Amino acid sequence: MAKEYEDIPGTFVFDADRSREGYHLNMFCISLRLAENREAFKADPEAYMALYPMTDAQRQAVRDRAWNGMLELGGNIYYTAKLAANDGITFQELAAKMTGMASEEYRDMMVKGGRSIEGNRSKIEWENK
Amino acid sequence: MAYVKAGVGCSHVPAIGVAMDTGITEQPYWQPVFKGFEKSRQWMKDNKPDVIFLVYNDHCTAFSAEVIPTFALGCAAEFQPADEGWGPRPVPVVKGHQKLASHIAQSVILDEFDLTIMNKMEVDHGLTVPLSVMFGDVEDEWPCPVIPLAVNVVQYPAPTGNRCYQLGKAVRRAIDSYEEDINVMVFGTGGMSHQLQAQRAGLINPEFDKRFLDLLTEDPVAGSQITHLEYMREAGSEGIELVMWHVMRGALNEKVEEVHRHYHVPASNTAVGHVILENR
Repeated sequence: MAKEYEDIPGTFVFDADRSREGYHLNMFCISLRLAENREAFKADPEAYMALYPMTDAQRQAVRDRAWNGMLELGGNIYYTAKLAANDGITFQELAAKMTGMASEEYRDMMVKGGRSIEGNRSKIEWENK
Repeated sequence: MAYVKAGVGCSHVPAIGVAMDTGITEQPYWQPVFKGFEKSRQWMKDNKPDVIFLVYNDHCTAFSAEVIPTFALGCAAEFQPADEGWGPRPVPVVKGHQKLASHIAQSVILDEFDLTIMNKMEVDHGLTVPLSVMFGDVEDEWPCPVIPLAVNVVQYPAPTGNRCYQLGKAVRRAIDSYEEDINVMVFGTGGMSHQLQAQRAGLINPEFDKRFLDLLTEDPVAGSQITHLEYMREAGSEGIELVMWHVMRGALNEKVEEVHRHYHVPASNTAVGHVILENR
């Protein structure tokens, strides 16, 4: 199936393929919604991660807190945000990390009206930057 | 018979709920967000609904990756505010309206919309934040029962704008055929432009948002034809939540009057949009 949305820059559309690939990663992340699971993860991260049959690359992305890497490996932002929350990171701080900006810089950008659509519609625009 | 007089479109940014729950709505950052809802709260008092039919999306709270229903109708007696990882919001339990919900389920499914029926479901900020901004702070209970309709917009593809618009029409037919004489208000929530993920996070597109709101009132059929690609490209990957507003619009008359509009950037990562539409 043609995926025209793959042309959108800086974006991982969470489609059925990514959902399939990311299933166990996402189930691991969402489990951290509950306090008892957060405690178990904190007590022994490797043992807790072992409960979820993720790929080695996914496990490593979790260890590295590679926020964009997790999305590339099938993670979805609403799931990975639970891992961020577990680490005490707010949604806006997480967004800043994914864009490579400092939290203050990102917050200022939002207060000034956010990231403009101009120059951000298509991958070709990013390649020509 | 039951009737629909008006619809509400409203963002459901979680940080708006947090601002209300922690009492910081007067801070300079939040003041302009809430200022735009002052008129709405008065309007809610003047046009008090007997029931709210509220279209929203769950954010992997009630539904994990295990189960992803495209349309899930809340038919339970009540819906507990969920713990999304920071403890449940300090807001009342949401009471359902089981008799009307089961009537809508039966009518809409025979109308060929294959809903999932939820007899037990927790509700997250997607549902409670619009209630909070429209009603203001409430004490022990919400002013009226609520029928939730959860729409999948997390895993691509969400239902199309047209499908949502047509579902809204089916919901309206169901409400119109319910024998009790009650005022049902319809909420479409989510949006507006925003992207929460990856390197393009923070995207905001006020021109798109304005055009969306204009079409919603003036040419809903054209609005319902906006493609998924256009939402994701122009309004950000999470801007696709806007399809849910078409369910609300479909439940209204062809002709509506926009009696209130509010638009502000930002609330956290998101453009806040809000309209009140009355049937004409």
